[in-house]
Amino acid sequence: MGIHRGHRARPLEWLAERFIFLVSLSTILMVFLIFLFVAREALPIFFGGANTAPLQTVLSPEAMNQLSPAQLQAYLELTPQQFATLDRESIQALLQVKQEAQDEIPAQVRSDPDARVNTVEWKYLLGPHQWSGYDKPEYIWQPVGQIQKYNIIPLLVGTLKITLIGLLFAVPLAVGAAIYVSQLARPRVREIVKPAIELLSGIPSVVVGFFALLILASVLQKIFGYPVRLNAFVAGCALGFAVIPVIFSIAEDALSSVPQAYTQAALALGASRWQTAWQIVLPAGLPGVFAAAVLGFGRAIGETMIVLMVCSASVMSWNIFDSARSITTTIAAEMAEAVTGGPHYRILFMLGALLFAGTFISNLIGGVVIQRFKLKLEGKR
Amino acid sequence: MNTLTPSQYLPETPPGRHFRAEKFDVGSFFFSGLTGLATLFILAILGVILTNIILNGWSALSWHFVSTIPKKDFFDAATTGVLPMIVGTTIRVFVMTIFVIPVGVITAIYLTEYAPNTSIITRVIRAAVNNLAGVPSIVFGLFGLGFFIHFIGKNLDTLLHHPSAVWGQPALIWAALTLAIMTLPVVIVATEESLKAIPPGLREASLALGATKLETILRIVLPQALPGILTGGILAVSRAAGEVAPILFTGVAYYMASLPSRLSDQFMDLGYHVFVLSTQSPNIDQTRPLLYATVLVLLILTLALNIVAILIRARVRKKMRALG
Repeated sequence: MGIHRGHRARPLEWLAERFIFLVSLSTILMVFLIFLFVAREALPIFFGGANTAPLQTVLSPEAMNQLSPAQLQAYLELTPQQFATLDRESIQALLQVKQEAQDEIPAQVRSDPDARVNTVEWKYLLGPHQWSGYDKPEYIWQPVGQIQKYNIIPLLVGTLKITLIGLLFAVPLAVGAAIYVSQLARPRVREIVKPAIELLSGIPSVVVGFFALLILASVLQKIFGYPVRLNAFVAGCALGFAVIPVIFSIAEDALSSVPQAYTQAALALGASRWQTAWQIVLPAGLPGVFAAAVLGFGRAIGETMIVLMVCSASVMSWNIFDSARSITTTIAAEMAEAVTGGPHYRILFMLGALLFAGTFISNLIGGVVIQRFKLKLEGKR
Repeated sequence: MNTLTPSQYLPETPPGRHFRAEKFDVGSFFFSGLTGLATLFILAILGVILTNIILNGWSALSWHFVSTIPKKDFFDAATTGVLPMIVGTTIRVFVMTIFVIPVGVITAIYLTEYAPNTSIITRVIRAAVNNLAGVPSIVFGLFGLGFFIHFIGKNLDTLLHHPSAVWGQPALIWAALTLAIMTLPVVIVATEESLKAIPPGLREASLALGATKLETILRIVLPQALPGILTGGILAVSRAAGEVAPILFTGVAYYMASLPSRLSDQFMDLGYHVFVLSTQSPNIDQTRPLLYATVLVLLILTLALNIVAILIRARVRKKMRALG
């Protein structure tokens, strides 16, 4: 009798191991599915399959016989499966409906040169366009009305504006606190301060948004005296509250993991606590602090409820005291009114995919930097 | 016998080469103070938010408020209540834990007990966990809408021949599943931390006594790791209870006359209710007390859980230090 190994010796054990392995693969599957399904809904935008122009070339029901099934299907915006279930009469009826819908478009829209513009082409999504009624080319996000304008530049600017204000506010505070807690504070102070800051991350973002809306907005307006009460500056500050714990805990962790030997050597050479912290520990922990800021950025561009509650008008402006609309806010506020499968719906999913890609990259950079930093400190590189 | 004083046995310090620490260092004092102030400022923010909400919310909070199902117009302070929101939030979070805890714990077991540390698949799983933790919550909402409702739900309806949409619409189960995916990294990371804290000696002793690896994990490792797993679960629950963005399109209702009774029902939610009250109130001054009370209820729910988790984790870490 030889020694059995693997699945023959202990079939149950072997099965359990396989099962555990398969379950742990689910995380990979999830990331993959998220990407797949968010991108899937946005695909027609990337391949030009959507058309928003209210005024389209009308095919009369009489001309039906001259068209190929493929042309009819594309014209009626149906999937092949849907098209296959229809008989001749219903197709004719659909053509009739479509023609009548086109006939009902008011003359005012009919005469608008923009009525034939497909606003979800990349040219209009990214570049300025002189819409009728405007005296110069502009970037406009305005998904309502007869001619829906989907220029995403104001949203990108809004997102960046709010995120940068948030980071400018949060990074110095969080890193300062991280230096203090990890290097200068007495152990007893540390034991209290660390969980307290962790507690800040436990406050739901709607609550931070609520606080910013009711209290912070008025206080800041009193101090700075700007005209618009709810603006990107308030949103940025509130966003800072939400990002501080993230940046703090990563930076604190990085600074604490700088070997004791460094600190002790510096102190033995006569450096003060502050000199040790500033000239020895901070430079050694800098990659970790940088990663903390990058991960904080990833968290900030993804934050939804705070920005949604504090400011939401999409204005194309770099002024921090103007209102702004971020990508997340746009998705949250407009998804409910977007028609499933329509161009607006697809654009919102495209914005989601963009956001996913943005955070994916910033998390990747942050993660790699941290990993290298840790390996370096352990002397493995 | 006379002992030497330092000035007798040390060479005289040349002028201008004093040890820096002996002098009062203005820079040190100033900058240490600055970092201390930063810390203080953060704590002050926390303090101001909490006291503001507790002071204003406490006076408006009553038993009637937390036990009443509101009428259609829930902005009316006299008759409104938050019972359906408390129930909705609790149920969605509870259903979520049923999915997230087993998957999260098993993944953590694989990562700490089985996974070969250098293999590519382990690194990919770790990267996936990290990535999942960083995905914005609104993207989870979009995913829930695109995957659970429009893909799984719609196909389920066709398969079961429902005449109208039962599963292919926002529902409790879809919101819970979306949240489960969102909180998966929280459970994995906390469980992993507690598994790593268990000294390898325990495992070795168990294996040496003839237990198999699976038996060791089930009988020795998991019971030891229980507080850590609990922490992960609590943190996930507290995170999920406060999140609004992922449920916006996957299950939350603006108003419902009755409590949710099936998994395919929609539900009302505390966090979403805070959002509705603060942005869509016809008269913000009248709804203010109401709003504060609702926020306080939400905060009690999430922060109490957080504090419990922090306490358990502190104990686990202390134990780990004592052992390690």
